[in-house]
Amino acid sequence: MTVDAATQGEPFIRLNGIKKIFRSRRQEFLAVSDATFDVHEGDLVSLVGPSGCGKTTLLKIIAGLYTFEDGTMEVGGAGSDFDPARDVGMVFQQPLLLKWRRVLENVILPAEILGLPMRAARDRARDLLDMVGLAGHEQKYPYELSGGMQQRAAIARSLVHDPKLILMDEPFGALDALTRERMNLELLRIWEQSRKTILFVTHGIAEAVFLGTKVVVLTAGPARMADRIDIDLPQPRTLDMKTQEQFGAYTRRIYQLLGME
Amino acid sequence: MRLRITGDAALRWTAIVGVHAAVVFLWYLAVEYWEIPKFILASPQATFMSLFDDYPWFDNTLVTAMEIFGGYFLAVVVGVGLALMFSWFRTVETLMMPLVISLNMVPKVALGPLIIVWIDYGLQTNIIIAFSISFLPILITTARGLREVEPDLIDLVKTLRATRWQVFIKIQLPGSLPYIFSGMKVAVVLAVAGAIVGEIIASEEGLAYLIGQVQVTLDTAAMMMAVILITLVGVALYLIVLILERVFVVRDARVETV
Ligand SMILES: Nc1ncnc2c1ncn2[C@@H]1O[C@H](COP(=O)(O)OP(=O)(O)OP(=O)(O)O)[C@@H](O)[C@H]1O
Ligand SMILES: [Mg+2]
Repeated sequence: MTVDAATQGEPFIRLNGIKKIFRSRRQEFLAVSDATFDVHEGDLVSLVGPSGCGKTTLLKIIAGLYTFEDGTMEVGGAGSDFDPARDVGMVFQQPLLLKWRRVLENVILPAEILGLPMRAARDRARDLLDMVGLAGHEQKYPYELSGGMQQRAAIARSLVHDPKLILMDEPFGALDALTRERMNLELLRIWEQSRKTILFVTHGIAEAVFLGTKVVVLTAGPARMADRIDIDLPQPRTLDMKTQEQFGAYTRRIYQLLGME
Repeated sequence: MRLRITGDAALRWTAIVGVHAAVVFLWYLAVEYWEIPKFILASPQATFMSLFDDYPWFDNTLVTAMEIFGGYFLAVVVGVGLALMFSWFRTVETLMMPLVISLNMVPKVALGPLIIVWIDYGLQTNIIIAFSISFLPILITTARGLREVEPDLIDLVKTLRATRWQVFIKIQLPGSLPYIFSGMKVAVVLAVAGAIVGEIIASEEGLAYLIGQVQVTLDTAAMMMAVILITLVGVALYLIVLILERVFVVRDARVETV
């Protein structure tokens, strides 16, 4: 571990004892407690845990959308040229496409907001749509797409401004098993090519192990502890790894952490 | 969105024309077979022929149309404008919205006589009555549309550190367009009512004024023609709004109203 940390240098994201409490007039609700983990540049970290355990909340904290109570958070590493506006791409649990914009116009939205050159953004958006399998649907409105197609458009949108960090909140939750498998491989391909840092929320344990260089396990219940497992499967990942002994060992371990075995 | 006549649309147009024609036909039958005195219900033909009587139809229709369109235009400008101000200055909204809701409860038709007391009668007065009756629903629905943006959508652009203006111009305003149009559709009916109320209370021109003149001579056909012309002015305005909605609002986002 020490050797590993030395070769990889400073972590890209460092969370230490992050705690989040939602307060309403009547009550306080502890949504995240003591989330502590590092993400290194170029990592693909899966964040796995049961529904309601605080995955979305944690992702939004990292995106700078929520404040938090205790702990410290560093995003972008020390002294780097990380720009929190330009360098974060986010895929939400719902596609969140603008109903009144065609698909292509939806994908270029981040470029518009950041004031990037539009011609280049359009070209890039076309390429990205092609990559997520939506070539030929650029001029459709979101209501003309299926749920899975909308989510893929949202993934293209999160990449259009070429961010260093991509936060994905169950992006494949709405997809059928086959498309999901295909998108997993696609995501790995994008990640290998671009060497982006990806934080990937899922409640699929196998998916978490298959994709991640590291899996962060969030448990439900009042303790809400986070645990980290490094996944030492070879890169690039291939589908047949899922049947290997080592893969099974990782998934079993996560099931145990979640108290299901 | 383009205007397309698909098979579906053709069917709808047939239905629209068919239903109206059927009503006119029933009206014709009723007058013919129940032998209703013509000063109670004039026949469709007589009503139509009254257009060629010696009444100033054109001038009065023009006056009424100006009142309705003028009042309505003001209502859209002021209603949308105030709603935008509310959305930019939340304290103003917090202070003013309760007042707006109470004002909306006022039977606005009853304000007609007061407004005439305040600013004499005439075309401008009727424009103001039409305006004051019809701007509140536009204000209320627009304010609601600007307020009710999906929070995650705001989060999405916040991760990009969008400015308030960007949030407004790219998310809030286009998102509120369907609401604006739904308010505008409700307001058409009210603008018509407002202009007519003004004319009935006190005026020297306009279709409702003409109705008052003709009433004395019991020319029922002409009275009915005047009502039909008022309706047509309202329908014309409504169609304009519908067409604008089709142009500016994507089908999926449209809010259905009357
Ligand atoms: N804005 C909020 N106000 C109050 N409580 C909230 C808020 N957002 C989330 N919570 C609570 O915090 C907990 C964690 O929510 P979160 O959305 O992070 O869960 P999740 O792990 O993403 O679940 P899922 O897998 O179902 O998406 C939940 O119990 C939820 O009720
Ligand atoms: Mg969630």
